[in-house]
Amino acid sequence: MSSFSVTEPSKRIKWFAGTMVILYALITMIPLAWIMMTGFKTPPDSISYPPKVIFEPSLEGYVNLFTTRTRIAPDDLAALPPPETWYDEIVRDRNMVIAGPSKFGERFVNSVIIGFGSTFLSIFLGTLAAYAFSRFKIPLADDLLFFILSTRMMPPIAVAIPIFLMYRNLGLSDTHLGMILLYTAVNISLAVWLLKGFIDEIPREYEEAALIDGYTRFQAFYKVVLPQAATGIASTAIFCLIFAWNEYAFAVLLTSATAQTAPPFIPTIIGVGGLDWPAVAAGATIFLLPVMIFTILLRKHLLRGITFGAVRK
Amino acid sequence: MAQIQISNIRKDFGDFTAVKESSFTIEDGEFFMLLGPSGCGKTTTLRMIAGLELPTSGEIYLDGEEISQKPPSQRDIAFVFQMFALYPHMNVRKNLSYPLISQGMPRAQVKAKIDEVAGILGIEDILNRPVGGLSGGDRQRVALGRAIVRDPKAFMMDEPLGALDAEFREHMAEELRALHDRMGATTVYVTHDQLEAMQMGDKIVVMNNSVVEQFGTPQEIYDKPATMFVADFIGSPSMNFLPFEGQVAPGEKSIDLSGFSSEVPELREGAAGNLIFGVRPENIQLNDTSAYRASVLATEYLGTTQIVTLDSPNGELKARIDADQVATVGEKVGLSFNADTVTVFDEASGRALRSSLNEGVLNNG
Repeated sequence: MSSFSVTEPSKRIKWFAGTMVILYALITMIPLAWIMMTGFKTPPDSISYPPKVIFEPSLEGYVNLFTTRTRIAPDDLAALPPPETWYDEIVRDRNMVIAGPSKFGERFVNSVIIGFGSTFLSIFLGTLAAYAFSRFKIPLADDLLFFILSTRMMPPIAVAIPIFLMYRNLGLSDTHLGMILLYTAVNISLAVWLLKGFIDEIPREYEEAALIDGYTRFQAFYKVVLPQAATGIASTAIFCLIFAWNEYAFAVLLTSATAQTAPPFIPTIIGVGGLDWPAVAAGATIFLLPVMIFTILLRKHLLRGITFGAVRK
Repeated sequence: MAQIQISNIRKDFGDFTAVKESSFTIEDGEFFMLLGPSGCGKTTTLRMIAGLELPTSGEIYLDGEEISQKPPSQRDIAFVFQMFALYPHMNVRKNLSYPLISQGMPRAQVKAKIDEVAGILGIEDILNRPVGGLSGGDRQRVALGRAIVRDPKAFMMDEPLGALDAEFREHMAEELRALHDRMGATTVYVTHDQLEAMQMGDKIVVMNNSVVEQFGTPQEIYDKPATMFVADFIGSPSMNFLPFEGQVAPGEKSIDLSGFSSEVPELREGAAGNLIFGVRPENIQLNDTSAYRASVLATEYLGTTQIVTLDSPNGELKARIDADQVATVGEKVGLSFNADTVTVFDEASGRALRSSLNEGVLNNG
């Protein structure tokens, strides 16, 4: 008879759990893998039926993503001097020449500025507010917290038209600042609530010890509370960044020439040269990387963050 | 080192009064205990001395200087927390150096000071360890180290032994008292454990329901309780309260206990109505010649002594007698009381009546 343990799951359960995790990972990873593969296909390969799993990789999608091209007649093409670079060569195989760089780089930089800018601002304001709610006696604190939460009780896009009009009048339309403020406004309630939970868990005695040791309240906050809240701050930052990074509807509505972010830009690639799926896929792949790297860098904090408070140390 | 004088201090939290006008003085170098049940205001009082709470009214003098509204950083008072509150993201050395760095002490001096304190507490070998993995005793020592490293004017300790297991507490209590005697530092120590207070304190303040019940040396508090609460809270088993109805006048030396005339210390004030005859278990003898009879309900053998529970005409009481004396359950015995140790209380107010025994220590409050 095999021994029975309360804490150690049985072999069969472990095997089952492992299978489920692998299955779930496959379901979520396959679309991502497909996007990444499509980025390295040629346009014909990308729309061939049945779909090609094994194909000859090409950088055409990436070249198309970063350039604008013009189609020219075969005779004119033959008259040109030989291609100078590998990407010239790829483009000419399609009877086109490079007309100039595309706007993808610029849009990507906009996404970085707006995404990280609003994340930083949300965390900065959220931490201060959460600390105040957690530690000080604030009149009507519960009502204020409820009000902050209530800003998330409807989909943000429900207020799209008022915001559109307001932004137009304030001159915030299509500006980096405008988008940073907008995403911060949406994220701040999440940041305040999450961070308040984390800061509530930090015993007050640590700050009191710092006060006794001769530090001011603010020194106690950033020297003692902040390092303790690092886990919560990191996981909150990931949530904020993911929202701001991926936001599509407001970006379409409020940005165009100067502050457009990558999400509204990527679908427009498809219009440039017909069904250019590899370029779209390449754009999506590059777009995924920052959040992926950010999340991987902070994943230890994220895991601890999610289970924070579950077990009293 | 310093004298701390608390004058009419009061703390309100909204509608709740945590401490009602309280006054007492902690002399320079004293090991001073704030004793009381949980919620009695003792920790709030301690936190007000340290500056973690500001009093609603009243004054606190540290060496004659009024400090009640100053931030803790300007008071030069160290605090040892119940849960130690060591900075978890720093190692032991950093924890110890933290109060010194805030004073802007030069690095070489900080190092020398830490080595000195580590030597006193015997924690040299753990200086570079993170605080997370330390045992309870070591954490306690580091917390003490962080308090003594900057030579403060006074130490506040909020149940510092509460988080340790019973076996280790005893040891740590001795260590703490030895450390105090060696440094001669004024120490204010909060506890709800009357044994700890009696064992370690030079002076004790007993608090209950936001007020100071009594303030004095352990002997005074034990032998001459000012209120029924103190008499009941201190000592195990606690003082016996035998209710009787009657009238007493100043100068009287005996009272009438259900027809039995019992001697008491000469009373200095009179009272009438429901009174209490208070006597400690060890001041009761089984005495067959006594007319005051009681029957034995139970006995508890404790090695050197035994506790006998008796049913007397004035209610149940406990006597502590020698272990070799024989008391059989159901037996009728006579009781006599050590007259000069008895305290008479007024039941309505809970206060002790002034007598030749306690006159010197009652603060008429």
